[in-house]
Amino acid sequence: MIRIENLHKSYPIGKDSLHVLKGLDLHIKEGEFVSIMGSSGSGKSTLLNIVGLLDSHDEGKYYLNGELIENLNEKKAALLRNKFLGFVFQSFNLISYKTALENVALPLTYKGVARKERLKIAQEYLEKVELGPWANHLPNELSGGQKQRVAIARALVTNPKVVLADEPTGALDSTTTDNVMDLLRDINNEGMTVFVITHEEEVAEQTKRVVRLKDGVIISDELTNTTKAI
Amino acid sequence: MKFLLDSDTWQEIYGSIRKNKTRTIITIIGVLWGVFLLVVLLGAARGMENGFNKLFGDFATNSVFVWTQRTSKPFKGYQKGRRIVLNTNDIKVLKSTYKNEIKLLAPRNQISNLVTHNFKSGTFNVSGDYPVLDQIQKKKLIYGRFLNKNDITTFAKVAVISEDMYKQLFDKNVNPLGAYIKINAINYKVIGVYEPPTTVDFDNDTAYIPFSTFKKVYNTANRIDWMMITANKGVDIELMETNILQTLKSLHDVHPEDKRAFGKANLGKHIGKVTGFLIGMQFLTWFVGVATLIAGVFAIGNILIITVKERTKEIGIRRALGATPKSIRQQIILESVFLTTVAGMLGVIFGAIALFLIDYFFGQGQDAALTNPTVSIPIISIAFILLVVLGTLIGLIPAHMATLIKPIEALREE
Ligand SMILES: Nc1ncnc2c1ncn2[C@@H]1O[C@H](COP(=O)(O)OP(=O)(O)OP(=O)(O)O)[C@@H](O)[C@H]1O
Ligand SMILES: [Mg+2]
Repeated sequence: MIRIENLHKSYPIGKDSLHVLKGLDLHIKEGEFVSIMGSSGSGKSTLLNIVGLLDSHDEGKYYLNGELIENLNEKKAALLRNKFLGFVFQSFNLISYKTALENVALPLTYKGVARKERLKIAQEYLEKVELGPWANHLPNELSGGQKQRVAIARALVTNPKVVLADEPTGALDSTTTDNVMDLLRDINNEGMTVFVITHEEEVAEQTKRVVRLKDGVIISDELTNTTKAI
Repeated sequence: MKFLLDSDTWQEIYGSIRKNKTRTIITIIGVLWGVFLLVVLLGAARGMENGFNKLFGDFATNSVFVWTQRTSKPFKGYQKGRRIVLNTNDIKVLKSTYKNEIKLLAPRNQISNLVTHNFKSGTFNVSGDYPVLDQIQKKKLIYGRFLNKNDITTFAKVAVISEDMYKQLFDKNVNPLGAYIKINAINYKVIGVYEPPTTVDFDNDTAYIPFSTFKKVYNTANRIDWMMITANKGVDIELMETNILQTLKSLHDVHPEDKRAFGKANLGKHIGKVTGFLIGMQFLTWFVGVATLIAGVFAIGNILIITVKERTKEIGIRRALGATPKSIRQQIILESVFLTTVAGMLGVIFGAIALFLIDYFFGQGQDAALTNPTVSIPIISIAFILLVVLGTLIGLIPAHMATLIKPIEALREE
């Protein structure tokens, strides 16, 4: 599903450049539940942004769903994101003046789904994250955990191939964290590929595979106990 | 253009407008004020124009009146103080010399005479005229008709009298048509009664009789007291007046610089001044209105730019969710056009209300300052097209800025 070979990424800083990713190799197969760990500044978000087609890489190869990603223009990137990827962010990134239902329905707009159909599908996904009754609430009327569940429903609504989550539990307390992780695990159990960045060992433990980054290289890549136990 | 019919597009616009109420109101007020000014000023200018037209309305506006006085300079052996007499030959010469400029030329002879009917009488002007006078100064007839060609050729003893003369000479409720009045011991049949013009009037109470009859009765031979001349469209009336006077001076051996020998009144000159003033006002109105409008549209553009900056994050989110640069651009341009046109419509509506009130308070009655202050549909359409075009153009800038926003930069956590 995601194949990365010898991936490099640098950011220009003034005249110098900051080499953030220094030759990563990573292969994530369909249906995997992978977490990335690493200290702050180790390049986790950079990696996720490249995988999410929000940023471009300098060197190496990136295959998404078997397709080599190169020379993407903004329009093509937008289409691929809409088709293959779902995003969950640490700060939820819901649109504040839209209701939970409209937020969830938004990616379908860009897919060209008619409004009525869209709202119907969005409602189904809201039910799935157990927020059916909250459909017509604005984001500021929801708790952090609820917001993140809305965001997850939004990531899922286009039925993507991969869900990318950058510290989805970073702004949540431990109970809601468990809630959100349970939800992600359920999704994964239904066959969805899930790719999570996290700081927390407890969160990483709930995934099936942990990749550790340090200074732009992968220092370890192993299956978790959860997986071994099965 | 399909996206214009898409309810989603409008849903989005509604959402973003509802979210940014203050800036929406501010932007709308900017453009609204521009359109409002344009409508009200143009309407008022039109009202003034209508007012002037009403004032001069019954007169052919490009006309010259010429009559004779005494010379003030000796010339070719003649003493000064000589009385000039116009004659029918002058008319022939003028008509052929200025056949391209002159539209109508009406000679007239005039005298003041006692007019009687039964036992009532009064002294009035009696004027020998051609039917064409009716085209130079429209006569509003209460009864009957004005002089016609037949009256001239048959030397008919007929008269058209003013309403006041009718009231003075006839008993109440007597039909004047067909009745006879006596002027200088000769009976004339009354064929028409006219209402004196409420506006500009040279004649006061005059009994109009056929020019030919006048000539015969008063034995004027070739003498002519007055000439009324109207010019064709596009002719410089002042130039024509000067030329005609020069011709007349040379025909009558009058010193070319003698300013007293002929009397003249040029209505066109005054009207020209007024028209010039009105055109100036319309121009100023357009200038002020359009400038205000452009300022308003710029304000919209400016605020949209600010909004785009404010909405960087939202745009980033949309981009991450699959919005293409094109869809973002469309959204913002449409928002700009929508705001400008809504503001424009409100401006037109308020402007129309204002014009209605202006008409109500200042536009009623005979000598109102304004008559029918209105703005025509084509002008409104032009203003609207201007608005849509400007709205689109000004929307392009923020729209372009929005497409430059990289989702990753917009989404970066603080
Ligand atoms: N657009 C950018 N321009 C310059 N430097 C950048 C840019 N984005 C990230 N960096 C730098 O690249 C490095 C990696 O950043 P990244 O956001 O990937 O770290 P991270 O592992 O996600 O850290 P955290 O856990 O704090 O989120 C950091 O040193 C950061 O300052
Ligand atoms: Mg990060």
